[in-house]
Amino acid sequence: MAVPKRKMSRSNTRSRRAQWKTAAPALVNCQQCRNPKLPHIACSTCGTYNRRQVIEPSA
Amino acid sequence: MPQPAKGARLGGSPSHERHILSNLATSLFEHGRITTTHAKARRLRPFAERLITKAKKGDMHNRRQVLTVVRDKSIVHRLFTEIGPQFAERPGGYTRITKIGNRKGDNAPMAVIELVTGAVAASTSSRRAARRTARAEAIEAANAAAAEETAAHSHDEEAAEEAKETTAEVEETTEAVTTEATEDGKPETGDKA
Repeated sequence: MAVPKRKMSRSNTRSRRAQWKTAAPALVNCQQCRNPKLPHIACSTCGTYNRRQVIEPSA
Repeated sequence: MPQPAKGARLGGSPSHERHILSNLATSLFEHGRITTTHAKARRLRPFAERLITKAKKGDMHNRRQVLTVVRDKSIVHRLFTEIGPQFAERPGGYTRITKIGNRKGDNAPMAVIELVTGAVAASTSSRRAARRTARAEAIEAANAAAAEETAAHSHDEEAAEEAKETTAEVEETTEAVTTEATEDGKPETGDKA
């Protein structure tokens, strides 16, 4: 089985991990309550989707 | 050659998958709306709608076929007596899936699947025709309103000029009237533009 010949340096490890970045999710404003929400998903604030009540808002 | 079913495989074996789908369908017909994962909801939708189509036909053969899936006789009775007739006018599309975000424990995307209630929406072509007539009426109404406003606007200007002449002697009242006149004039010009 192939195994690493040398220990990976701290620098190389950290350089690799420096590329791990998070991206902000794209948000849209709810038609009903104008709060930001994820697109194509029921609003978590007011619980509506397309002005139709889908879930009870989780207060 | 057999075509694999569309969507995600559920459970660990074909029999497990059949049980999951039949339990989901039973719960859906019992409660009208259920919350489940998006993958299960997407598998359930065609499965449940096929059962509703059988319920709409409503004869003994179809009832026996549904009973092999939904084992609870009271729910099958409800499906054939209430849910089936309720969808008599609707040509398919009996269920609606709405995504509600990810579950807290395992971040699984969740959805609500429910039986559609309410009147059947008009077809696309008739909706388009209705929208066209509505738009034409709105344009006509706007034109009529604009004509009235221009008439009213010229009248207001004359009145403002008269007011300026008469109140030139008293400074305080002049200011008040001119400001009023300008305030009256502004929104109308805005509407015209």
